[in-house]
Amino acid sequence: MNTILEVKDLSMDFGGLRALDHLDLNVVEGEIAAIIGPNGAGKTTFFNCITGIYNPTEGEILISPPGKKRKKINGLKPNRVTKKGMARTFQNIRLFSNMTVLENVMIGRHCRTSSGIVGAILRGRSTIKEEKDVVDFSYNILKKTGISHLVNEFAKNLPYGAQRRLEIARAMATEPFLLLLDEPAAGMNPRETRELDELITRLRDEDNVSILMIEHDMKLVMSLSDRIFVMDYGRKIAQGTPSDIINNPVVIKAYLGEDIDA
Amino acid sequence: MIKAQEIKKSFLVSLWFMFLTFPIMVIRVNPIEKFVEWRWKNMLVVGIGSFLLSFVWRYMLKKKEAGEKRAETGESGKTFLIQRILEERRFYIPLVTGLTIIAVAFPFIFSMYQTSIMTTALMYIVLGLGLNIVVGLAGLLDLGYVAFYAVGAYSYALLNYHFGLGFWSVLPIGAVLGFIFGVLLGFPVLRLQGDYLAIVTLGFGEIIRLVLENWNEFSFGPSGIANIDRPGFFGIQFSLQTASIYLYFLMIGLVIFTIIVVNRLQNSRIGRAWIALREDETACQAMGIDKTRTKLRAFALGATWAGMVGVIFAAKTTFINPASFTFLESAMILSIVVLGGMGSILGVIIGALILILLPEYLRAFSDYRMLLFGAIMVIMMVFRPQGIIANIRRTYKFNE
Ligand SMILES: Nc1ncnc2c1ncn2[C@@H]1O[C@H](COP(=O)(O)OP(=O)(O)O)[C@@H](O)[C@H]1O
Ligand SMILES: [Mg+2]
Repeated sequence: MNTILEVKDLSMDFGGLRALDHLDLNVVEGEIAAIIGPNGAGKTTFFNCITGIYNPTEGEILISPPGKKRKKINGLKPNRVTKKGMARTFQNIRLFSNMTVLENVMIGRHCRTSSGIVGAILRGRSTIKEEKDVVDFSYNILKKTGISHLVNEFAKNLPYGAQRRLEIARAMATEPFLLLLDEPAAGMNPRETRELDELITRLRDEDNVSILMIEHDMKLVMSLSDRIFVMDYGRKIAQGTPSDIINNPVVIKAYLGEDIDA
Repeated sequence: MIKAQEIKKSFLVSLWFMFLTFPIMVIRVNPIEKFVEWRWKNMLVVGIGSFLLSFVWRYMLKKKEAGEKRAETGESGKTFLIQRILEERRFYIPLVTGLTIIAVAFPFIFSMYQTSIMTTALMYIVLGLGLNIVVGLAGLLDLGYVAFYAVGAYSYALLNYHFGLGFWSVLPIGAVLGFIFGVLLGFPVLRLQGDYLAIVTLGFGEIIRLVLENWNEFSFGPSGIANIDRPGFFGIQFSLQTASIYLYFLMIGLVIFTIIVVNRLQNSRIGRAWIALREDETACQAMGIDKTRTKLRAFALGATWAGMVGVIFAAKTTFINPASFTFLESAMILSIVVLGGMGSILGVIIGALILILLPEYLRAFSDYRMLLFGAIMVIMMVFRPQGIIANIRRTYKFNE
């Protein structure tokens, strides 16, 4: 199994607050890994660091996209990271609300297409073809994620569950090798969560994408994950298979008195 | 329908206005004959006028609120009349044909003076459409747009003066110089957002003007450059009359070209990126869009158009000096975009025609020009903040 993401000794300070504290974590090709931990543990901050939104104070982030050389991505801008093949969703949904569902996904294709200003003005054959390919590709992703019936709706008019799916669809449009999901099931009802479970499995099996997700819904985490990382106060306090984690006394202590589903 | 309470409200408004305007409308001191003239009649006019206007004002506010409520509850399924006309071929084709005929016949029917005014309006349409790329599409508030207009105008004036280069060879040079200046100025500035961006672009605009004003050896300072060649046609120089008709058609051509370009940009990969960037920068970057580069493209493209119109401006007036490129000019172009409706091509065209033609034809009120201008702006912001033509973006409709 190839390691595709390797994070070594990662720390992140906000003024005096240490949000990430010497964190080590890796993801191997083809797995679904989960990060759990109480609110404020630093999970979202971790995502922000590895996707280039924050520049970490210390540590190394290395990626090895399948078939490519290992590369350090510290300090790369978010768009460069996405282009290298790591795409994410946001905990507090950040769709382009006044654009349609299809257009949202088409934005995801931006970094895989190339027509520029001159191409747009002349609108030659290659531009028209690229545009058509973008539409077809995007529509296929919508079909796969089960929201193709909403294709012409504005993103802001979508029900909550569909918005979460659209975030995933948009990220998938960038053709990532690693998909980072920040609380994908938050706010979903049990039926939507079950469907999400299927969707994530399908993406891994059919689209050859590895998945690292932050999630509070323990049922979903237990059923989906190959491995689980547990964070508390910016540190990794445990890692292992779901059965390891559920019996780990350190984890139980960290969660004691915490509402797990919060 | 008119209740006692409403009357009372309006009565108070009119009292308030009579009081406020008392010193300027009623009292007139005659310093030579040393007496004070009391013009009570004016007070009566102000009182009645404000009494009636306050009714109109409240009625319109109410109508607007009702409209908003309807929009919120999603009841208003109707599209705007203009939108409908533009979508239906049945209306669209005769409309375009009619406009074409009017546009072609215009300089032959009306006087040279009218043609010249119309040419100016057409120039502002193109400037508005250019700024619309920056402000309307990419959402970057640029208050120094006139700087690029100046770059274009001076590039023609100077190249013509020193090297005798003709209009047609400088037109692309002006465009390229506009683009280059757009990139050069945009690069440091576009890291800023919102108000900060607005202030810094305003500063840059003024810097360019001040340089032109003070660098005598280069730009001939405040006295400007005169005797710039009018555009020719393969070496033929026209008479004044023909030249103005020629310029008019040149501008018609440029307007059409600009409309096509902006329209195509809107529905392209780059145009989508602009809209997405306006909606959510962080998400946009996370989806792989280079923020700086995308903004820079909009900024420089807008500047390109300003550069082009600048060349035409120099060729039209045959004399330029820095006074033509003050902040007021930037404000005017921005007003065109905002009044017409940000992001809307038709809106910008209507905005330019109103703001440029009205003052020309209302010369009688030229004293009140700025007052009228301000009043229109305030009224627009209160009742129709989205502009005359609200930009209902044509979204990508997918049918399998
Ligand atoms: N931009 C920021 N500036 C300052 N503090 C931050 C910032 N982002 C996150 N934090 C802090 O870092 C800690 C971890 O937050 P976060 O990563 O959002 O937690 P989680 O996603 O695990 O709930 C919190 O104490 C939060 O207040
Ligand atoms: Mg979080």
